[in-house]
Amino acid sequence: MAADWIVFWVCAPISIGSAIAMLLQRNAVHAALFLIVNLFTVAVLYLVLGAPFLFAVQIIVYAGAIMVLFLFVIMLLGVDREERLVERLRGQRTAAILLGLGVVGEVVFAIRAGVGFSTRAPAGFGAANGGGNPQALGRLLFRAYFLPFEVTSILLMVAAVAAMVLARRRERPVASAERRAQEPIEPSEPSEPSEPREEEPVG
Amino acid sequence: MRTPIAYFLVVSAALFTIGSVGVLVRRNALVIFMSVELQLNAVNLALVAFSRMHGSLDGQVLAFFSMVVAAAEVVVGLAIIVSVYRRRRSADVDDVNLLKW
Repeated sequence: MAADWIVFWVCAPISIGSAIAMLLQRNAVHAALFLIVNLFTVAVLYLVLGAPFLFAVQIIVYAGAIMVLFLFVIMLLGVDREERLVERLRGQRTAAILLGLGVVGEVVFAIRAGVGFSTRAPAGFGAANGGGNPQALGRLLFRAYFLPFEVTSILLMVAAVAAMVLARRRERPVASAERRAQEPIEPSEPSEPSEPREEEPVG
Repeated sequence: MRTPIAYFLVVSAALFTIGSVGVLVRRNALVIFMSVELQLNAVNLALVAFSRMHGSLDGQVLAFFSMVVAAAEVVVGLAIIVSVYRRRRSADVDDVNLLKW
């Protein structure tokens, strides 16, 4: 019994089960925790498929950074509220599940037609991974995919700036505190009308 | 490797479908976002499986880029959700109907 067979049959059911559990959780924090389990099992499947670098990146970036960001936002927005279970469109849930099952069936059929259920990976993956998987990936990234790699860095910078612009509050507490400190204290002066906190159009 | 590649592809298809059903069914914007992440992950799994099948690393490079794009997308999306929440006091997608005629 090959080791990858055992690892696959341990990880794949956990992966699908945790994904379904994520869907069924009404509490957003529990959904996030199930998503972390799912991300870990997918990372292990990467390892089985001969991608140790992506395994590490998956755990660091997804299960680490992105999920911490998610949990931060969940805590920021309040964890106690739960979703209403009333359907806005009648029959939407049933239709979604039926269509989902249809999509799975269709894709499985396509996989059987296109790849075949007995196709095994060729043994020669070591040649592509010459000198180790991260080294080979780095060689590929910095030679063949150099331009996309640099564009990616611009994308990340734009995303960081966009997040700061979107999540900024209109009022500037530091600036107003400075102004108040510079002004002489005059109790008779009418206090400036409190502005609406959010004027920024959303989206 | 004894496991056929198609098995990984089936897992990937199942995860993708669960993610899309989540996007369709759930109301909480954060959970919808998590479902989108699930879909992206499923596609990454398919890419890595195809990379193994063809014996080249290009699929892994593509999965790597898709992870980076997913990270950027999460950052902007969560900022939008926080911004909507400040305005509407709710993270429910049904409450956001500003663009609906």
